[in-house]
Amino acid sequence: MSPLDKKMVRTLSRLKGQAVAIASVIALGVMTLVMMTGLVGTLSETRSTYYERYRLADVFAPAARAPQTVLQHLANLPGVAAVEGRVIGGALITLAEAGRPVRATALSIPRDARPLLNSYMLTSGRAPRVGRNDEVLLLQSFAEAVGLAPGDSLSATMNGARRTLVVVGLAQSPEFIYIAAPGEIVPDDTRFAVLWMLEDAMAAAFDMKGAFNEALLLLSRNANTQEVIAGANRLLDKYGGLGAYGLEDQASNRFVTEEIAGLRATVGVVPPIFLAIAAFLLNIVIARMIQSEREQIGILKAFGYTSLEIGVHYFKLVLVIALCGAVFGGALGILSGRLLSGAYQTYYKFPFLVFQISAGAFAIGVTVSVLAASAGAILVLRSVFSLTPAIAMRPPAPVDYSRTGAFGSRMKRLLDQPTRMVIRRIVRQPGRILGAIVGIACGMALSVGMVSILAGFDKTIDMTFSVIDRSDAMVSFTHPLSDTVQYELASLGGVHAVEPVRVVPVEFRHGLRQYRGAVNGLQEGARLNRALKSDLEPVELHTNGIVLSTALAKVLNAEIGDTIEIDVLEGRRPNLTVQVTGVAETLLGSPAYMSLEGLNRILKEPGRVSAVYLSAESDRLEALQLYFAELPRVAGISVKRDAEQAMQKIMNEGAGSTRYVMALIAAVITFGIIYNTARISFAESMRDLASLRVIGFTKGEASYVLLGELAAVVLVALPLGALMGYFLSFAISAGFSTDIYQVPSVFNPSGYGTAALVVLAASIVSGWIVKRDVDRVDLVEALKIKE
Amino acid sequence: MKHPPGYTFRTEALSKVYGEGEAAVHALRGVDLEIPKGEMVVLLGASGSGKSTLLNILGGLDHASGGHAWFEGIELTNLSDRELTLYRRQHVGFVFQFYNLMPSLTAEENVELVTEIAQNPMRPADALGLVGLDARKDHFPAQLSGGEQQRVAIARAIAKTPTVLFCDEPTGALDSQTGRAVLRVLKDVNERLNTTVLIVTHAAATADMADRVIKFADGMIRDVQVNSEKLTPEEINW
Repeated sequence: MSPLDKKMVRTLSRLKGQAVAIASVIALGVMTLVMMTGLVGTLSETRSTYYERYRLADVFAPAARAPQTVLQHLANLPGVAAVEGRVIGGALITLAEAGRPVRATALSIPRDARPLLNSYMLTSGRAPRVGRNDEVLLLQSFAEAVGLAPGDSLSATMNGARRTLVVVGLAQSPEFIYIAAPGEIVPDDTRFAVLWMLEDAMAAAFDMKGAFNEALLLLSRNANTQEVIAGANRLLDKYGGLGAYGLEDQASNRFVTEEIAGLRATVGVVPPIFLAIAAFLLNIVIARMIQSEREQIGILKAFGYTSLEIGVHYFKLVLVIALCGAVFGGALGILSGRLLSGAYQTYYKFPFLVFQISAGAFAIGVTVSVLAASAGAILVLRSVFSLTPAIAMRPPAPVDYSRTGAFGSRMKRLLDQPTRMVIRRIVRQPGRILGAIVGIACGMALSVGMVSILAGFDKTIDMTFSVIDRSDAMVSFTHPLSDTVQYELASLGGVHAVEPVRVVPVEFRHGLRQYRGAVNGLQEGARLNRALKSDLEPVELHTNGIVLSTALAKVLNAEIGDTIEIDVLEGRRPNLTVQVTGVAETLLGSPAYMSLEGLNRILKEPGRVSAVYLSAESDRLEALQLYFAELPRVAGISVKRDAEQAMQKIMNEGAGSTRYVMALIAAVITFGIIYNTARISFAESMRDLASLRVIGFTKGEASYVLLGELAAVVLVALPLGALMGYFLSFAISAGFSTDIYQVPSVFNPSGYGTAALVVLAASIVSGWIVKRDVDRVDLVEALKIKE
Repeated sequence: MKHPPGYTFRTEALSKVYGEGEAAVHALRGVDLEIPKGEMVVLLGASGSGKSTLLNILGGLDHASGGHAWFEGIELTNLSDRELTLYRRQHVGFVFQFYNLMPSLTAEENVELVTEIAQNPMRPADALGLVGLDARKDHFPAQLSGGEQQRVAIARAIAKTPTVLFCDEPTGALDSQTGRAVLRVLKDVNERLNTTVLIVTHAAATADMADRVIKFADGMIRDVQVNSEKLTPEEINW
């Protein structure tokens, strides 16, 4: 090992505190990048593997009732590789141990084999045996959530008839990766189930002998999906076709896709910000570190070392720190990516995870770190190299403070000597101080950004479950009923208020944009569930016009005054053209609203409701649920409290959980910046401080000169950082928002206070550590050292 | 003939100005000088008299503002930074008042720092042996006394077997006994390796052991004295 390399190793070990702080910042920047990119890769890779292995259909074609013979025609459509018909129906499960009713979807499976398309993965037990029409496979996540196992039985109402079923096996399916009850957004394992039954049993239950009500189509590689959909619609039209749709509109797939897209957006925003701040800090710290080696550089030059050799020496130093940080960060990223992927499995039911390590992300992280560090080193080295060795070897000439001007005699009386020193140091070296201010302001901005996002998540929940939806439960019906049903329900004990709603599944179209969703017909003057403007005042619903949620308006690229087309996907399936009359502020899902009266009129089905919102005594909710479960027309009951808890859970444990990791990283980076700033200031002024102590200043007074400067820097950095954070939070909130929920950037003064406290705490801890070193300075030794 | 053979250095109207305008400091004001090969030369003068500036320019550490300086026929004042680097690397050894050892390297490693890049170096252990420190080669500067550190600095300077050895106040930070030991080493190097040694000092007594004494004041040479009889370092009266 050459003596220069030995010097490097020993310099590293001397600067270990600082080196570790710098490496940590790099590590965290690289970690976020590797973690998030890995997560995106993992989810999308796992998804496609899962889809392929269990042959998920590319097109879903629902119909009222079509004979099996149509399947052959569907198979003959150009581009169709495989076709399978199945029977699908709704069910309401009542658990044996008096639980609440749970909505379920029942699917038919072939008598003697696995389904050709949309196959299931048997996780335990066995498939139903031929002839045993009471045997079912149950969705594993639901079974586990409610404590059911093969051998248990459950009671289910299907097509108005109650029957007892025996669970013989548990299964997972690529069709149900994201499991939410139909029409709902928030996944909850306990509130939705899937049953797979033999086709004979399903045909009997739903009156589908020799027929199917959903065709699944697998396309060949180069097939034109839109043409196939059009062909399927043509063939199924006379059998009550409900509009075929592609995989991209399949509920579970859409959520998974959105989640991946959202993560990808986060990857595009958040890690680069972290990495940029890390790079900036690195640049400053490395520059100042090398500045402090100026004299040694001069000596090396005096001995005849070339600038290149010296440059390479310091580059190695930077490289070692940057690489250690990057490698550690990469490892952490992989580890945390794996952990997060695991967390994702709670909400996205993948049977396995194909973890993707993104070499690209790692390379980018390393390159950015090394470049930033090198840039900092090169700037200083260039300035040192421009000096003759004779000058470089000497301690830098005392900074010329003459231009700071003399303090007036009044100022002199007001300011004591140490304070004047602090002020002069700041005024005379504005570049150095500015670097420190911007560095700490970045830390503050990062903290403010993260705190705003944390508040944004809370606002999403609060807006959705307290401001927009003020009901306690929603009861949905198997098909639209007369609006008189609301009076029946209102007369039940414990029910305070009932509000009808008509939810109609539709496909929105505007220009080239389309979106499969639903229109909510709300009663005039609705109080339990409302469409609100951004100022939280109710949006006026016109009888002939539609109000879009902000998210939907964005998806469709529609504004107030635009005309959009709506294909209704139930009943007579009319095609409508309506004008957008308003935009409603929603943070969850992408709903659209019309007046109930207007919607029914346009559908030519007056006085129909498909669900009601209830406000009821909380202790009566359980009993009400059980009562509703007995009603054949009731498709499901969703209790808002449960949905809110589920939402809170997904935000805390699922996708949203990354925000805690980010907040933690922001705090660490902030600390890293402040600690390094204090540390370097100390190294730079150690001699001055020792001189002060020799002259007779107390430890406190000497520390004051150093910490006074830090305090001044922090005080200026706080408001600057708050301002930067305000703008940063918009970028971060865009990164965290998904199609499922939007996370607003919330300006809350207390959040800014929290961020300021984080910065102040980091400053106090850093100041305290440095003060300890000031106290420990060996006066004689410090003065002996020629800088 | 601009540079007669037998001389290590020659200068002609060498000047150096630091700063500009009112703040300009004339460190050297036209210095003419000849230093024969293999001599031990002492530059004497008060602080700011220009002796260190001359040493820096001759050592290739600084540029002159005017005039010429030659090293064995090479005009130093014409060399680029790169050529000066090469000149220092091949011909020059330095000993500084504050030793300027790399604190993070041991005595031997400090010497290796130079032998690593020199063309015809001695073994680091031999260089340390010359200054009597072979037993302390694995110590770090912080573990050595001032005199020992200075001897390491000398070992480092001579390890490349330089043509010329520059010493800026080599005994400035040492007590008299240690100072004598250091001078003894310099004397040995001068005699055994035939290295031209230039010592800058304001300790006048050191002059008694030199071949030639050049006295500086106000950036100019005031007096050059050639000693016919030299004292040994041990005989010097501090």
